[in-house]
Amino acid sequence: MTTAVSRPAGLPKRGLPRGRLSAWLVWACVAFFLVNLFGLILSVIVNSFGTKWFAGWLPQGFTGSWYSDAWSEFALGEVLTVTLEITLIVVAMALLIGVPAGYALARRDFPGKRAVMFLLLLPVLLPPITYGIPLATVLYKVHLAGTMTGVVAANLVPALPFVILVMTPFVEQIDTNVESAARMCGARTRQVFTRVLVPLLLPGILAAGILVLVRTVAMFELTFLVADADSQTLIVALYSAAFTPGIRAAQAIDAMAVIYMALSAVLLIIALMFVNPTQIVAQVREAPAE
Amino acid sequence: MAVDAPPRPPAPATARGGLRHRLAERGVDRVLLLLLPAVLIIGLLFLYPMMYGVGLSLQPKNGGGPFGNYADFFQDSYQRSTVWKTLKLALPAALINVGASVPIAYKLRGRFRGRRVLTALLVLPVTLGTVLVADGLLRYLGPKGWFNRILLDLHLVDEPVRLIYNYWGVLFSLLITGFPFAFLLVLSYMSGIDPTLERAAATLGAGPWQRMRRIVLPLLAPGLATTFVLAFVLAFSVFPSANLVGEPAGETRVMAIAAYQAAFEKYDYSMASTIAVLMGVFELLVISVTLLLRGRLYSGPATGGKGS
Repeated sequence: MTTAVSRPAGLPKRGLPRGRLSAWLVWACVAFFLVNLFGLILSVIVNSFGTKWFAGWLPQGFTGSWYSDAWSEFALGEVLTVTLEITLIVVAMALLIGVPAGYALARRDFPGKRAVMFLLLLPVLLPPITYGIPLATVLYKVHLAGTMTGVVAANLVPALPFVILVMTPFVEQIDTNVESAARMCGARTRQVFTRVLVPLLLPGILAAGILVLVRTVAMFELTFLVADADSQTLIVALYSAAFTPGIRAAQAIDAMAVIYMALSAVLLIIALMFVNPTQIVAQVREAPAE
Repeated sequence: MAVDAPPRPPAPATARGGLRHRLAERGVDRVLLLLLPAVLIIGLLFLYPMMYGVGLSLQPKNGGGPFGNYADFFQDSYQRSTVWKTLKLALPAALINVGASVPIAYKLRGRFRGRRVLTALLVLPVTLGTVLVADGLLRYLGPKGWFNRILLDLHLVDEPVRLIYNYWGVLFSLLITGFPFAFLLVLSYMSGIDPTLERAAATLGAGPWQRMRRIVLPLLAPGLATTFVLAFVLAFSVFPSANLVGEPAGETRVMAIAAYQAAFEKYDYSMASTIAVLMGVFELLVISVTLLLRGRLYSGPATGGKGS
């Protein structure tokens, strides 16, 4: 901004076509990306319905039987139940613990706050494998690995800081006078929370909850390191099937992939109904700068 | 386990009168109790395992002093090369994702019809997850996949291009899964730049390219650094795609694979912790360099108007 551009006329004339050319280039790149992305998704979907697909643009015939195969062979009903249970427990616990913590971080300035912020930021910054392996080692030692508790605990590590980082700026937006007024009218701390803060924070809580939901369903590494056959989520089951090709039919694996995709798509639609993606990231971005 | 939050803090707020008052003045009062469960859980589930891992890495299974594992790691070229392989995948992936996001976000920043739909489409791969993308790439880019088929039918190539089970497959999967994150972040940073600044530059005679280079990019640079850090973190932990579409025994044997193999195939938790610690160290190294460079960039309000 310090460099003031001072070039007289003559530029705008040339500027327009060049700007248009670059625009076309950008749109072409976007289109290329999207076309390939849909090709990728579509080839999985088509393959999951195909009978045999050796050569040619499309499979030789279409069938829906791979879905029933995948459903029974991979015990998908059970896996889906486990996935839902784990995700919902993680979301509930992350919100229950994270929202008050976000409130405390937003409202108080105390010695050691930077250290706490750093501690909360680390699990978001480090790759899951880095802390996942030591965590799995510890969980195996205390015999929690392979249980639902262990999987929930592992997934809580990135989810909880995420909720706190999302919630802190939301709390900062709320005027402290509202709380003071409620207290003056005789509300106790619990009432201030349930009657004043939670309703005001509801958009933020919803956003954080949905994002944690999406992330936990997609979280592969931690669940993979900690879970066993009874406590694995859908994404881990999909990986295990895809990593041992030849044992199962590729189409059945793709059928499972499509089921996973459907689950994700539903979650994405729900998320987009409640969350404006650009806003939520902007608020996450501001939190660490505090 | 970590669920039950203890009702009392260790030190503050227990003493009466003066101490409590003085603590409250410094911001320590009962509200901080709300923070306690979260800190305890992160301490117990994150900090303690990390410390335990660091401790474990200093007790090598094969002996050789506390740093035996680290020495082993760097002496074994098969292990040492994983560092370079990881960086070779993660750095280009993060750079491309951030670099491609800038012009797209620049074009998408204004208001126009279908902006929300297009944004949603570009963000869609976030929900796919690495495993699904890897599975899809195997079908789509495979020798009989549609991509190669199109190239063959257009006579651009004579035989199918090998794009899976090697470096490229993993890089593509990183681009697909990483781009939406980078794009969302860049878009939100871009939206934070006041458009009046650009219009002011335009009235002073700056062309589109000059406006981009002199106004938008300097204001965006700190945000781009942050985005790069997050994109790098995402790409650095490449694990499922390196296994599925890569060549996990050779070209794409990244650090995560080495750590996983040490832990769950050789049951050498000490070595696994060593590799995990080294992963963290290398990653934090790149992050701190980026943040250091970021500190030298312009940081200040990106809004126009009075006094800014």
